[in-house]
Amino acid sequence: MSEVQLTGIRKVYDGVSRPVIPDLDLTVPAGQMAVLVGPSGCGKSTTLRMVAGLEEPTAGTISIGGRDVTQLPPAERDIAMVFQSYALYPHMTVFENMAFGLRIQHRPEAEIRRRVMAAAESLGLEAYLERRPKALSGGQRQRVAIGRAVVREPKVFLFDEPLSNLDAKLRGDMRREIARIHRQSKTTSMYVTHDQIEAMTLADLIVVLKDGVIQQLGTPVDIYERPANRFVAGFFGTPSMNFLAADLMHAGERTSARGKGFEIPLVTRAALRPASAATAKLMIGIRPERLSLTPLGDDVAVSGEVAMREVLGAEIVLHVDSPAGSLTVRTDAASPARLGDTVKVWLDPMAVHLFDGTTELRLS
Amino acid sequence: MAMNRKPRLAFLIAAHVLLIVVVAVVLYPVMLVCKKAFEPGRDFALSASPIPTDVTLDHFHDLFDKRGGHGELLFLRHAFNSIIVALATTVFGVAISCTAAYALSRFRFPGRKAGLTTFLVVQMFPATLLLLPLYVILNKIGLLNSITGLVLVYSTTAIPFCVWTLKGYFDSLPRELEEAARIDGASTWMIFRRIMLPLARPGLAVTALFSFMTAWNEFIMADTFMTDESKYTLPVLINSSVGAFSADYGLFAAGAVITSVPVMIAFYVLQKYLVGGLTAGAVKG
Repeated sequence: MSEVQLTGIRKVYDGVSRPVIPDLDLTVPAGQMAVLVGPSGCGKSTTLRMVAGLEEPTAGTISIGGRDVTQLPPAERDIAMVFQSYALYPHMTVFENMAFGLRIQHRPEAEIRRRVMAAAESLGLEAYLERRPKALSGGQRQRVAIGRAVVREPKVFLFDEPLSNLDAKLRGDMRREIARIHRQSKTTSMYVTHDQIEAMTLADLIVVLKDGVIQQLGTPVDIYERPANRFVAGFFGTPSMNFLAADLMHAGERTSARGKGFEIPLVTRAALRPASAATAKLMIGIRPERLSLTPLGDDVAVSGEVAMREVLGAEIVLHVDSPAGSLTVRTDAASPARLGDTVKVWLDPMAVHLFDGTTELRLS
Repeated sequence: MAMNRKPRLAFLIAAHVLLIVVVAVVLYPVMLVCKKAFEPGRDFALSASPIPTDVTLDHFHDLFDKRGGHGELLFLRHAFNSIIVALATTVFGVAISCTAAYALSRFRFPGRKAGLTTFLVVQMFPATLLLLPLYVILNKIGLLNSITGLVLVYSTTAIPFCVWTLKGYFDSLPRELEEAARIDGASTWMIFRRIMLPLARPGLAVTALFSFMTAWNEFIMADTFMTDESKYTLPVLINSSVGAFSADYGLFAAGAVITSVPVMIAFYVLQKYLVGGLTAGAVKG
């Protein structure tokens, strides 16, 4: 098992003044799966390609298992990569595709056969070994691509949006497949996706990137429960977190956040340190599932009108126009709220996330 | 519907009449040559009919029996020359073109754009314009009247077209395949030989056929550079049967028919690649 370490990585493309990645430090502990997630153009694929050796960093070092590989070609890094487009060799059979890397290493034929057969069996590909990629479905092709990576038994697996070309059901199946392979092989892996569900379900470690800068690095639970800033908070969770602008108010012992049409007591929140005490602008974040149409304990209410009602089967999503802004509420399918109804949306003061209104960083 | 149908029918008829005329214009001369090849007599008959009234294989016998100054069979000798020249041009031209095209498609190096533009500009000159300079050059390097010289000249005319065609083909092949192969540990040469070249087969078929045809059908250069009768190629031989003072059109036509056969076979065998090869790059498939 090998640790992957990126130190002071900078990447600037020719003819572009702004770096894709200004200065990135990242360590993926041995045996863990790190999922790099972020919007398009955030530098996640570039980072992966630099680890693979397909792109050269402008500055910084990359080491795998303690060995500096920055200047080494991909072949000498002992990595395997799965591409979004599968990148199977169209003129070779499934067997040949999987054996190609081993053939180049001049492995004995018996060993090649044994390793390919083992991978094919684990991925359910035995029946297709003599087929060409074009005679396979998308899911089967991606299995072959994964198989081609697995047979190499590399130090590090790299996945570049491997499931993006598959339909929703297959994506779920393949996600579980990848999770199983990782659990069994315990090979250090880096996985790039823009799909938060893949990130949440596969990762030991999530790396949230925006504009080439790490926004937060943590376990899926960390990222969800304690987002480091407004961007991370908004990126994870479906539907997205609600954000309400508010002012920090002090009245004697009491501290509260007051916005249009609501005031939330912040008694239990110690050590609030907004960037500037003078403005003391806050951004309140609350997840749609933590809003309710029925009061519980110390809940605070915001009134509004139901502007949209999306039925998802087991639950419904209501979009409520309130003086504080639009609120998204995830609630029980049995909820009686109809389009145009005026409702009271209740929020639990303990469930809110507080962000600095100016820097958008998490407070407390 | 009825309103719509009449103009459509008229249009269809007009279009087909036009197409039939075009096909006739293209095929009629070919049919006349075929007719002459199988019709007795040295002269072209006055009849406009493309069907021979009498059929004979005499012209073919004469063609095969034609002997040179040393009593050698001229047709076989010249057919052999043509085959050697055409095959050598194909192999040499395609080998140079595919490596050049791959480099031009995938690598960025100084002179890349200038080189591509030069190839394109060279294509714009008519071949006859190059006759004199090529003659002087071949004479200087002692390759006048030699098969090697002719292959060299044909290759230089075929290569620019082949490079452009193959470059377009390589451009259409996904880069991820190369990246996957690099990660699998393949060297640049291995990627070229084991991944890209097999995938470029349709493109290679087109360029190979083009090179072969360029060399096989070419007349002016062969006639100018080859002074020794034993080194003629088939087009030169065929032309020699129609001189200023005596003309045997029967022999000429038989030679033309025989010479076309290898190209027709090549077209037939490679046709499935040809369409794919020529449209490749237009739609990524």
